[in-house]
Amino acid sequence: MAKVILTVNGRTMSGECEERTLLVHFIRENLGLTGTHVGCDTSQCGTCVVHMDGKSVKSCSILAVQASGSSITTIEGISANGELHPVQAAFKENHGLQCGFCTPGMVMTAVDMISRHGANLDEKTVRAELEGNICRCTGYHNIVKAILAASAEMSAARQAAE
Amino acid sequence: MGVEGIGARVTRKEDKRFLTGKGRYTDDMSVPGMKYAYFVRSPYAHANIKTIDASAAKSMPGVIDVLDGKQLLADGIGNLICGWMIHSKDGSPMKMGAWRPLAHEKVRYVGDAVAIVVADSLGEARDAAEAVEVEYEELDVVTVAVDAIKPGAPQIHAESADNLIFDWEIGDSAAVDQAIASAAHVTEIEIHNNRLSPNPMEPRATLGIYDTGEDHYTCYTTSQNPHVARLVMSAFYNVAPENKLRVIAPDVGGGFGSKIYIYPEEIVCLWASKKTGVPVKWTSDRTEAFLTDAHGRDHVSQVKMAFDADNRIIGLKVDTVANLGAYMSLFSSAVPTYLYATLLSGQYDIPAIHANVRTVYTNTVPVDAYRGAGRPEATYLLERTMETAARELGISPAELRRKNFIRSFPHQTPVIMNYDAGDYEASLEAAMGQADWNGFPARRAEAGARGKKRGIGMSCYIEACGIAPSQAVGSLGAGVGLWESAEVRVNAVGTIEVLTGSHSHGQGHETTFAQLVSDRFGVPLDSVSIVHGDTDKVQMGMGTYGSRSGAVGMSAIVKALDKVEAKAKKIAAHLMEADESDIVVEDGELKVAGTDKTLPWFQVALAAYTAHNLPAGMEPGLKETAFYDPSNFTFPAGCYICEVEVDPETGRTEIIQFVAADDFGNIINPLIVEGQVHGGIAQGVGQALLENVHYDPATGQLLTASFMDYAMPRADDLPSFKVSHQVTACPNNPLGIKGCGEAGAIGSPPALINAITDAIGNNNLTMPATTQKVWEAARAGH
Amino acid sequence: MYAANYHRPSTVEEAAQILAGAPEGKYVAGGMTMIPTMKQRLAAPSDIIDLRHIESMKGITVDGRKVRIGAATTHAEVASSAAIKAVCPALCHLAGLIGDPHVRHMGTIGGSIANNDPAADYPAGMLGLGTTIIGNGFQIAADDFFTGLFETALMDGQIITAIEFEAPETAGYEKFPNPASRYAMTGVFVSKGANGVRVAVTGAGSSGVFRHGGMETALAANWSPAALDAVSVDASDLLSDLHGSAEYRANLVKVMAKRAVAAAR
Repeated sequence: MAKVILTVNGRTMSGECEERTLLVHFIRENLGLTGTHVGCDTSQCGTCVVHMDGKSVKSCSILAVQASGSSITTIEGISANGELHPVQAAFKENHGLQCGFCTPGMVMTAVDMISRHGANLDEKTVRAELEGNICRCTGYHNIVKAILAASAEMSAARQAAE
Repeated sequence: MGVEGIGARVTRKEDKRFLTGKGRYTDDMSVPGMKYAYFVRSPYAHANIKTIDASAAKSMPGVIDVLDGKQLLADGIGNLICGWMIHSKDGSPMKMGAWRPLAHEKVRYVGDAVAIVVADSLGEARDAAEAVEVEYEELDVVTVAVDAIKPGAPQIHAESADNLIFDWEIGDSAAVDQAIASAAHVTEIEIHNNRLSPNPMEPRATLGIYDTGEDHYTCYTTSQNPHVARLVMSAFYNVAPENKLRVIAPDVGGGFGSKIYIYPEEIVCLWASKKTGVPVKWTSDRTEAFLTDAHGRDHVSQVKMAFDADNRIIGLKVDTVANLGAYMSLFSSAVPTYLYATLLSGQYDIPAIHANVRTVYTNTVPVDAYRGAGRPEATYLLERTMETAARELGISPAELRRKNFIRSFPHQTPVIMNYDAGDYEASLEAAMGQADWNGFPARRAEAGARGKKRGIGMSCYIEACGIAPSQAVGSLGAGVGLWESAEVRVNAVGTIEVLTGSHSHGQGHETTFAQLVSDRFGVPLDSVSIVHGDTDKVQMGMGTYGSRSGAVGMSAIVKALDKVEAKAKKIAAHLMEADESDIVVEDGELKVAGTDKTLPWFQVALAAYTAHNLPAGMEPGLKETAFYDPSNFTFPAGCYICEVEVDPETGRTEIIQFVAADDFGNIINPLIVEGQVHGGIAQGVGQALLENVHYDPATGQLLTASFMDYAMPRADDLPSFKVSHQVTACPNNPLGIKGCGEAGAIGSPPALINAITDAIGNNNLTMPATTQKVWEAARAGH
Repeated sequence: MYAANYHRPSTVEEAAQILAGAPEGKYVAGGMTMIPTMKQRLAAPSDIIDLRHIESMKGITVDGRKVRIGAATTHAEVASSAAIKAVCPALCHLAGLIGDPHVRHMGTIGGSIANNDPAADYPAGMLGLGTTIIGNGFQIAADDFFTGLFETALMDGQIITAIEFEAPETAGYEKFPNPASRYAMTGVFVSKGANGVRVAVTGAGSSGVFRHGGMETALAANWSPAALDAVSVDASDLLSDLHGSAEYRANLVKVMAKRAVAAAR
């Protein structure tokens, strides 16, 4: 057994697990944060995406012990005070989710994507950036629309703040 | 239309929990003392089981127990069933071999479960599963349906000689032969409908909990129809009587048909929970999903379509072989028969149709309904044939379709279905307009100048939804009725709960069903809650599949609302001393028409529960139940147009535009309906361009057992879609709804393939149109 | 996944020492191939030695046209490196095509080339640029490094710490992805510079990444896509699988090579 210490959604959390435990299972089972999902075994579907030290990663392809010491943000940690994050709000507004299973990974991917590309996102870029996330319900149409809407809104909000 | 009522683009009530990671899926469930299951599965496609030795595994760290099929049999757990009896044309019943939840004598596909390991952790369970020693005697394998019915093929079930399950027909063979003999032109084509893996993003999972104190079982499961699961597990598998078995399907991450069925794992985990005395959870990994989730499609058909000199279709002859896999799954027999051949008239007035369908056992996972279930197979067959005929006849594909459209309703086809309403021309016109069909030649020329081959293709589909009139399906062999139930509970403070037997796994019922109530009583959407997915909460129900939840599930709610409204009006009339017939319900109030007398909705509800002043003889309370049994199927229809550009150097197809013009009847929430169409088109594009289940024919090994080899549509494979609706209301249900869940997957594959074959000038192309196939066909084409 | 012990060394020497004491151990860098392989129980190392925390293996330096990339540099860092883009944009382009954004945040150049997946992108880049692969006590030319499917010239215990190359005058990379895995069904890296003309092909060869002499000769005489028209690609040594036959891949090799030359900068 190994001890794993993480900062998760701003709080320090620690737990014991087998060294072979994947980060996603540590998050789900040890920390009880079940918003991060597992949809494949081959690192392709993206339902497990979380942010590690500020970057989107697939938590199904990282051991919890590898992540120990890092700062993790999960879907449960991106909104504050009961308000949806602008990306979450855009997914709702644009019906960017159906069954909801891929949704946490999609949202975490979108937040990372927008932070890297800022207002420079266009449809082609969004579609290319979604290579690591599979959705079986929406045909991606409304996910793409939601990400573009969120990106526009977030850059407008940033400009207004400057 | 109110802002939250019928027809409004209301954003979904259920979204917040999914967006914030608070969805509750089966694998998220955890109970004290819970242990983990891992199944020992056959590595062979066809083998006799000689011995199973779990002694080493049982002594490994963390292992609670290892249980096998002989123990399951000894405990009286029954065979898995097929719920639809089909008779062959010679009158004999379908020849069904036994499907044991854990095989103990013979395995028939790679992934067939032979034992369950229960251990403290998943890792330990899997470690121990590898230590279970199963001695197999390998047998010859057959995976391709047409090979399985050849003489000398390996025999999969003793009950079914030559692996033929049934040889069924529909329609008038002699009339079709005569039409073909007298035809001015006959188009002949062989159609392959490729085998698909449904792949909802949430893998199947189950948590079986046996309570020794109550002798009671709880089953959390990823199901589209928890009540059917309880019924079948109780009545046929002898897991427990219904009153001792609670089935809960919480949030379910997509289904597409694959979560209709009751699989071995649910049954075995419940049984194992009793055997071991601990709650047992099993969650499929993706490879197990590929190996064990029911697949879809897998047809090969020979088609002859006969035309008169005026290009009218005078006869259609279809001979289909359908692969049902190693065992007959729950609805497997209905899919290639009553959900397929009854739709072979398409949107066309065809006087004579005959279809012969042979279903076949092979050493592959069972095949059952997958989004569209039979109707995509019928549509692909017809619409490729129509396109081929148009090219052979030298007329435009739109013109050929127009010439043959059914234009008066009701229309009785030669294959059972009675179409109630439609306007096929309207969808065709809308789609052609939106796609700028007439501007295509210029776009093709422009693409040609860039070295690209541009093509355009259409598909006019029809489907039968609103499944289904119970008496009709009963007469055709169904083992269940296909009605739906609803209970509307008005609470004393006026808030409303609707309990429905439909199950939402992405369809947005919590919103659309609430819109129905909000629209009826003028109460805020937030005051209405939808309860589903738990057999302890909801009365009996038949679940969600076949685009039935709107047309059937909501109709049941309407019936219950009618009863609630009638009682509320009686109470209001009594309280306001008015005539019951003068009471109207508007904006959350009950009003006496033509006066200023009103009572807020909540006061009427409160009066029903205080019961201080009710009409004489009235029972207290405001809660009503209804069952709705449809009188006919519904018939959504539409026209899809796809435009592609093929890179002849690589064979890569780029979808330039995809247009969908659908008639779903009346629409409750356009936002959600459009989403259903988008998702359906993506699955259809997946079938046409990317997806294919591939078994090695020699060994029966599944070669596409992960997303590394099974190509799922991604965002960059697809364009944004252009979607429009034309409305002819369904005359046979109270809301005029037809259903929208499957249309996209039904209508899109032929539009895409017709576009590619148009682009490359070669009609000899099968799905999926992989880059290699298109490259080869393009070289052989123009 | 089978049970394994985890180690987190902070120097190359420490990492090598740990491995010396654990003969069934394996180094893991980003883990983007290694962990999925272990999950599927296709690899069962007794010990996992995490190289992600060794500072000396990180960083990108560009000195004139001489480029050095630390082995622990992620694909995302290479893809977005302005310094590399200024001298060899083709390598940034290649790195930006590996996996997906999340994989690129974790996966490293050292891990990728040490694994030498026959459908990975970096081996084509290394061979196509004529890089030198540097590690604890070794320097190996890319031409000698990639020895077969998942096989390299690395000996037990050796760790790649960096790669170095002289940026060519021009280079390009074109990839035709497998529709399912998105690995290269065929990827071709072309370059022209002090090392002459190099054409490296990944995803197509039945023994992994390879150079195509015929194309190099043709391009050396005439650096243009048209120069490749007359070159034939022999399908007999190419991979054939569910997604593409050897003949189809032979076609793709030529088409991707022409497009890489056309796109070269």
